[in-house]
Amino acid sequence: MAGPDYPGLDTLALHAGAQPDPATGARATPIYQSASFCFPDSDYAASLFNIERAGHVYSRLSNPTNAVLEERIAALEGGVGAIATASGQAALHLAIITLMGAGSHIVASAALYGGSHNLLAYTLPRFGIETTFVDPRDPQAFANAIQDTTRLVFGETLGNPSLDVLNIPAIAEVAHAAGLPLMVDSTTTTPYLIKPFELGADIIQHSATKFLSGHGIVIGGLLVDSGQFDWEYSGKFPTLSEPYEGFHNLIFTEEFGPAAMIQRARKEGLRDFGACMAPTSAFHILQGIETLSVRMSRHVENTRTITSFLLEQEQVTRVGYPELDGHPDQALAKALMPNGCGAVFSFDLAGGREAGIAFADALSVFSHLANIGDAKSLVIHPASTTHHRMDAEALAAGGIGEGTIRLSIGLEDPKDLIADLKQGLRAAGKAAGGSR
Amino acid sequence: MRIEVNGETAYCYTNCRDIEADKPTVMFIHGSGMDHTVWTLASRHFARHGNNVVSLDLPGHGRSTGSPLATVEEMAGWVIAVLDALNITDAALVGHSLGSLIALECAASHSDRVRAIALVGTTSPMPVSDAILKAAEANDHAAFDMLTQWGFSKRHQFGGNRNSGIWMIGNTLRLYERSAPGVLFHDMRACNEYISGTEQAAKVSCPALLILGAEDRLTPVRSTRALQEAIPSPVVEVLPGAGHTIMVEAPNAMLDALHKVL
Repeated sequence: MAGPDYPGLDTLALHAGAQPDPATGARATPIYQSASFCFPDSDYAASLFNIERAGHVYSRLSNPTNAVLEERIAALEGGVGAIATASGQAALHLAIITLMGAGSHIVASAALYGGSHNLLAYTLPRFGIETTFVDPRDPQAFANAIQDTTRLVFGETLGNPSLDVLNIPAIAEVAHAAGLPLMVDSTTTTPYLIKPFELGADIIQHSATKFLSGHGIVIGGLLVDSGQFDWEYSGKFPTLSEPYEGFHNLIFTEEFGPAAMIQRARKEGLRDFGACMAPTSAFHILQGIETLSVRMSRHVENTRTITSFLLEQEQVTRVGYPELDGHPDQALAKALMPNGCGAVFSFDLAGGREAGIAFADALSVFSHLANIGDAKSLVIHPASTTHHRMDAEALAAGGIGEGTIRLSIGLEDPKDLIADLKQGLRAAGKAAGGSR
Repeated sequence: MRIEVNGETAYCYTNCRDIEADKPTVMFIHGSGMDHTVWTLASRHFARHGNNVVSLDLPGHGRSTGSPLATVEEMAGWVIAVLDALNITDAALVGHSLGSLIALECAASHSDRVRAIALVGTTSPMPVSDAILKAAEANDHAAFDMLTQWGFSKRHQFGGNRNSGIWMIGNTLRLYERSAPGVLFHDMRACNEYISGTEQAAKVSCPALLILGAEDRLTPVRSTRALQEAIPSPVVEVLPGAGHTIMVEAPNAMLDALHKVL
């Protein structure tokens, strides 16, 4: 039997979480640029501090503008709630410190954004949290790496930089069989391209700086809780299922049910670590989300045009986009991401490091910088920038060659992008000693 | 806290406190397919204000074991059994939807144990549509969808939660999804078949408060006339903008209203 229809993605992208401003009638979500909020009286204040009433105390903990963004992403992802953070990295950190402490372990995909890899591989071990990195294409490798102390399984919907498509249903099954949640970074896919909760993921992390915003003018992150994971049944998460001394022995699973994780993240992690989002950033991200579908559709369309062009170029030895023949995840991508595999991909240039550097330097429509997901097209040469600390062997293990180029395809007219790429290919050819 | 009632484990949220004999008690009763977590804000509030709070998981719901009870009368008997098990002489009962019918029945049939009632998102009779009953009986997710969507006012279909960061549609849906198969059907059928509510309402002798959502589509304000007329001198609060899920849609206004009888 069919129930009533819920509002669609495009409608939620414009309306979820927002109401016309009750004070002024403003249709756009106002920027509540205020550190704190007045209490009508002392009892009201006490009731806010004691989680008896809904409302705002201090913008590190919650803010009306941020709240709209948080509800909007939770609605778009089909979760129970969300928290806006200072950056995508802050969202990842917030999830981890909410779920575990020293002595814990994470199983993560080896194909991660460099910043996430740094946090897991180098920084968190100093605080007693170790990570085992595994082949993202091998669900059994995730299973084999799980230990008694494991508390989280983590991967990216599209791995960096080879666009390994994370088999969310299979890896979620592995995680759940071990009583663990699966968290995915869906930054490059957004809810337009994939709905991880519907596939079995339990937590989603976004860098909202990228496609959710689309304009490249803010840094922000979002942590979304599906509310589907049974923390109590798992028995591995005392931060959620046992009394918390830091809040009068509150037991989050008992008081908040499906929203236990996201509430603990706010009441503890956001409160104590303080990596909150600025209200103005939330406002900017909301403006981006309003046009998410139209932008993502165009991003994907342009990407398909550009990958087709590159495939025809002699100097290009590989184009790594999951929709293309030869990509190992082509069938999985078609099943999990029917609307497209995003707008970030890499390709290999003949001529190695020199060709790669010359190519990036020669582009003028593409901006040479370390970001993805802007409305403007972007280029970077990973071996000399984002992955410069890695030697050739480590680069190869991550699927990166000396001549690998990463592109983030924007919304420009594709003929202008192709003309720019031709310019880059000519420069790369010269650098490699060719005559083209 | 967990206690034994009728041979099964009954879970009662008490704000991590023991029941104290010299304090008044406020008992919260959830609606169909829900559990005690819908009352978290309100129960924390009344606990801080000098009350014992007992927020129930009805049998077969949340953390309480056993099968769901078939009728509102049986549920009312179980609520009184919980009071007995906790050595509580009398309590103010706050109930939502199905819970409001249970509170009403308790006040009518066990007047010595009930010092006040607050009926939230209520009406009587409380007929349930065939579509919902059939879907619930089939354990079809459509029953959750119908109750979730029609349970919120039109304006709240897009959220606007004053409780930061919580997508109230999603959280409500997850609560329904956590209910064991058959539980929602038992609850809905109990609502549908409780036809003596108006008659019982006339027997209420304690202070009574009705908190209604102005935009409630499941128990519309206009449907409450018979109940309002049957209960002697009820206090009626109609909350603007709220639908049926009043604890979530208008938590602060509901708290303020509850203070009128509690």
